[in-house]
Amino acid sequence: MKYKYRFDHEVISRIVEPGAKVLDLGCGTGELLFLLARRNKARVEGIELDDAAIYACVEKGLSVIHRDIDSGLAEYSDQSFDYVILNQSMQEVKRADLVIDEALRVGKKVIVGFPNFAHYLARLQIFFLGRTPVTPSLPFKWYDTPNLHFLSISDFWDYTREKRLQVLAVHYLREAGEVRVLPNLFARAALFVLTRQKTN
Amino acid sequence: MAVPGNINSAGTKYYKFGGITLDSGQFLGPITLAYETYGRLNPQKTNVILIEHAFSGDAHAGGPGGWWQEMIGPGKAFDTDHYYVICSNVIGGCQGSTGPSSLDPQTGKPYAVDFPLITIADMVRAQKELIDHLGVHRLLAVAGGSMGGMLALQWVSSYPQIVKSAIPIATTLKHSPQQIAFNEVGRQAIMADPAWNGGAYYGREKPERGLAVARMIGHITYMSDKSMEEKFSRRLKDNGPNFKFSNDFEVEGYLKYKGDSFVKRFDANSYLYLSKAIDHFDLADNRSLPGNSEAAIRFLILAFSSDWLYPLYQSQEMVRHLRRKQADVTSLEIKSSYGHDAFLLEVEEQTRVIRSFIDKTYHGYRVVDEYEI
Repeated sequence: MKYKYRFDHEVISRIVEPGAKVLDLGCGTGELLFLLARRNKARVEGIELDDAAIYACVEKGLSVIHRDIDSGLAEYSDQSFDYVILNQSMQEVKRADLVIDEALRVGKKVIVGFPNFAHYLARLQIFFLGRTPVTPSLPFKWYDTPNLHFLSISDFWDYTREKRLQVLAVHYLREAGEVRVLPNLFARAALFVLTRQKTN
Repeated sequence: MAVPGNINSAGTKYYKFGGITLDSGQFLGPITLAYETYGRLNPQKTNVILIEHAFSGDAHAGGPGGWWQEMIGPGKAFDTDHYYVICSNVIGGCQGSTGPSSLDPQTGKPYAVDFPLITIADMVRAQKELIDHLGVHRLLAVAGGSMGGMLALQWVSSYPQIVKSAIPIATTLKHSPQQIAFNEVGRQAIMADPAWNGGAYYGREKPERGLAVARMIGHITYMSDKSMEEKFSRRLKDNGPNFKFSNDFEVEGYLKYKGDSFVKRFDANSYLYLSKAIDHFDLADNRSLPGNSEAAIRFLILAFSSDWLYPLYQSQEMVRHLRRKQADVTSLEIKSSYGHDAFLLEVEEQTRVIRSFIDKTYHGYRVVDEYEI
């Protein structure tokens, strides 16, 4: 089994400092955590709901807790991680706002990655075909999608302003590179690095 | 060097030593502990796994007829080609170790109910004597299901500097009132048997009916509604109903068989002592388990979806408790229809996680070097 290259993982790996303490919420089969543990020498742990994915994590030597991130992180103390990551899992939780709140409480910084619903391919399908879009970053049919929330990059920018979150960095992604122009139209996905705005 | 492909067992051995002071303050001694070993100790003595058995288990965990033989051996979850595996019996029991059926050196007669009350911590204290005797100073992993899981947790609590990782399976930090209630019905069934005779039945008729009923209750709680449906449904035995209160249904015959065979190998007073020790076990307070700053111990906590005797919420609470202490925790709720018995039966799933977990604990990330980055 070899590590499968993913550009979003590559970008996250460039963000995370060596030796950082990282919690991945919805870590799946653990590819990202494994990359961060090996390459960044990060101290990593994960939370995952799918039992089949946990077997894969444990086989990689990762420490992962089997649970639903919607149930909160009550026993994780404030600011106890350098990074909390919500990569491609935020759109699948019931209450994304509460999960982000918890992530910001537990992590000094939070990395949120999500597919962009306003990508031009999605827009074209809605406009010309009148159908729910199926694109490389939103590959599911309306009836089998795990996504509960459909949001665009602009939506998330609005959210950060509404919640007064400080955006430390943003990366707009296409398949294997970053998008510089009109990201809400051309980016398949986005990675936001957030922190709570310092009060006073 | 270990011979690969061979479990390297010398059968059950017995370690006799002077004794220990119990949690109650009383001294118990001399003590005999039954144990078995599998595989070979490496020269650095860093490859030791201690296996803890459940309530009615014994030291014979691995090899032919062992209660966990599918899990212990070459290439198995506890791989005897790489690790030295010890399974120790407990004090208070009746399977070769000192318990209420042993002779009291003061009187020359069996202790019976003069045997002091013991705790899970006392059992671990006695096992520590055995580990020292075997020249082992570090445990790579302590693993067990049900009461065995409590013993694994107790090892962490009593000797945090010795234990590198713990694998508590289908267990809890403390019994709920429901679990205590089931145990109490078992104890009352034994004590209600006239043959129990205040515990003094050695050398005469044993309280077999009471002990068999206690065991039948136990077996009901070890299975699930679904596993009983699959195993027995409402099938009738032989000639169907005869309206005489004999065993009409297969499930009745099964329980009777389990009860009757149990009394041949288990002592009723041991049932009382061990079940009390389990009921009093409680590591849910803030001090009992070490925080990560005191000892960097890895935990693998396994539970089974249909286990209603040790329900998932108890494992989840254990995870929360350990996580609050910043412990390194991995947890998995394995899908199974076998109920509490699943820890003895779900071999493939447990093997997958336990093997990788122990390898990681032993080697660090080396185990996954085949992943290229």
